[in-house]
Amino acid sequence: MLQYVARRALQAVPLLFVISILVFTLIHAAPGGPLEVYLANPNVRPEDIERLRVALGLDRPLTEQYLAWLKGFVVGEWGYSFTDGRPVLDRLLERLPATLELIASAVVVAGLVALPLGVLGALRKGGWIDLTTTVVSFAGISLPVFWVGLLLQLIFAVALGWLPSSGRTSYGDGTLPDRLSHLIMPAIVLAAVHAAAWSRFLRSSMGTEVRKRFILVARARGLNERSVVWRHALRNALLPFVTVLMMDAAIMITGAVITESVFAWPGLGSLFTEALARRDYTVLMAFLMMTSTAVVFLNLAADVLYHALDPRVRVR
Amino acid sequence: MRSLEGKRATWVAGAVLLVLAAAAAAAPLLTPYLPDGIDLANRRAAPSLSHLFGTDELGRDVLTRTLFGARISLVIGLLAAAVTAMVGVTIGAVSGYVHGWIDNVLMRLTDAMLSVPRLPLLMIAAAIFEPSVSMLILLIGLVGWMETARIVRAEFLSLKERTYVEAARAVGMQPARVVVRHLLPAAAPAAVVAATLAVGRAILLESAMSFFGVGVQPPQPSLGNMLYQAQTTMSTEPWLAFFPGAFIFLTVLTVYVVGADLGARDLR
Repeated sequence: MLQYVARRALQAVPLLFVISILVFTLIHAAPGGPLEVYLANPNVRPEDIERLRVALGLDRPLTEQYLAWLKGFVVGEWGYSFTDGRPVLDRLLERLPATLELIASAVVVAGLVALPLGVLGALRKGGWIDLTTTVVSFAGISLPVFWVGLLLQLIFAVALGWLPSSGRTSYGDGTLPDRLSHLIMPAIVLAAVHAAAWSRFLRSSMGTEVRKRFILVARARGLNERSVVWRHALRNALLPFVTVLMMDAAIMITGAVITESVFAWPGLGSLFTEALARRDYTVLMAFLMMTSTAVVFLNLAADVLYHALDPRVRVR
Repeated sequence: MRSLEGKRATWVAGAVLLVLAAAAAAAPLLTPYLPDGIDLANRRAAPSLSHLFGTDELGRDVLTRTLFGARISLVIGLLAAAVTAMVGVTIGAVSGYVHGWIDNVLMRLTDAMLSVPRLPLLMIAAAIFEPSVSMLILLIGLVGWMETARIVRAEFLSLKERTYVEAARAVGMQPARVVVRHLLPAAAPAAVVAATLAVGRAILLESAMSFFGVGVQPPQPSLGNMLYQAQTTMSTEPWLAFFPGAFIFLTVLTVYVVGADLGARDLR
């Protein structure tokens, strides 16, 4: 087991290496380089730009710059934001809790929707629950996330006035009900795509499980239906689901960028859109590296977890 | 998905998709207004018989703009999917046929591209290059080839072991000819399904980019940038936000339903 984990972790290293090259190349492909935004600003004198270029090491050869940047990234020195001069790592870390809160809530919401829809859909194929699952799953993956966000704001914040339209709290740290009321809409919007995909996935994996012979045996032995479905079949159907959950991390991050900016949720996603508007390249690079690294490690964790949970894949 | 894979749902979806596409294509014939025709006497008008989707803050007809916006969005979706298919099939075919270190490098590249969140990557690229529509198509196409490459590679790996392919090689057929004559046609159905789904994804990506202001630039209307502009006046003129989004949703939904049906059929 330990050997397996070590081997998979080693495979992640070249992957992260390729990603770092991709990210670095992209940022340095800008016509004016990372200082492009200053070139267009008449208030910044050419000699200042030259001074910045030297100070940031941008006058050195690209490979040297890349290695310096990579080393800095590994040891946690992610440079300073172009807009406010603060360390990039600090800026990202202070936004992280809000994003984690949003993503965790969205996972819970999506799970609560997908679980019953997927399971009941698989049990009564062709029934109305099954039809609902199918319609919801197709609709969910086709909806433009930002449009759903706008519509929900329009209905629940503007027309009905039940929920606040944006932000994480009304003032300061807010009370628990206040924070929850801010969380509901963004969490639902972010959950929509995943609720759709997961219910479809569960429906098909439950569908194959309930047709297996051990389920027939369990029924023949007179176990009640609830225990057969929820304890025996679902347990097996959820196994591959662990992988799907982790693999969806990259999509979740894309969704968070959109959702956070529609609802002005003060997380990593809205930091990204702010940095993009100001061409704050150090923040943008760090955001891409941080999220991609997270995705690589979640995929790794998914493999290891699957390996640990299902003894069958170990026999190889 | 069996219940929707039934013929009826696919036919309905296909018909709706055709109507939407035809309406977008024939936009200049269908509407008496111009997409940038300003009418200051009829600003912010609610939907009515003369303006079915209402008008915006400059009195421009929202239905007209939605149709003209849909043209750009559909063209970007289709062409970006074509780029995706070309790159994906090439990389998948090379990777699946050649094997060895080339395969290894290409697959690590595929894994790497799959690990970078797609929309943020695209938005940074768009912010850097400030793309024209054709550049936008290229960028969106270039972030979506990974799924197709994996599918085509898997098809190639299994097809390579088939007897008829082995026979072709045994009689001395050139590798390039084996690929073009025997492997590519056999892998085509899977690639077609992947390409169909890529159309839907490309439309969603374009609309999201335009929504953030780094996609199609106003005054040229696209479904995404109409929603971006609608955001500020949404509470007083909700129709500005509703109709373009509904058009995106219906288009992508019908593309996916048709694509899923293609996937369920044996195209061979």
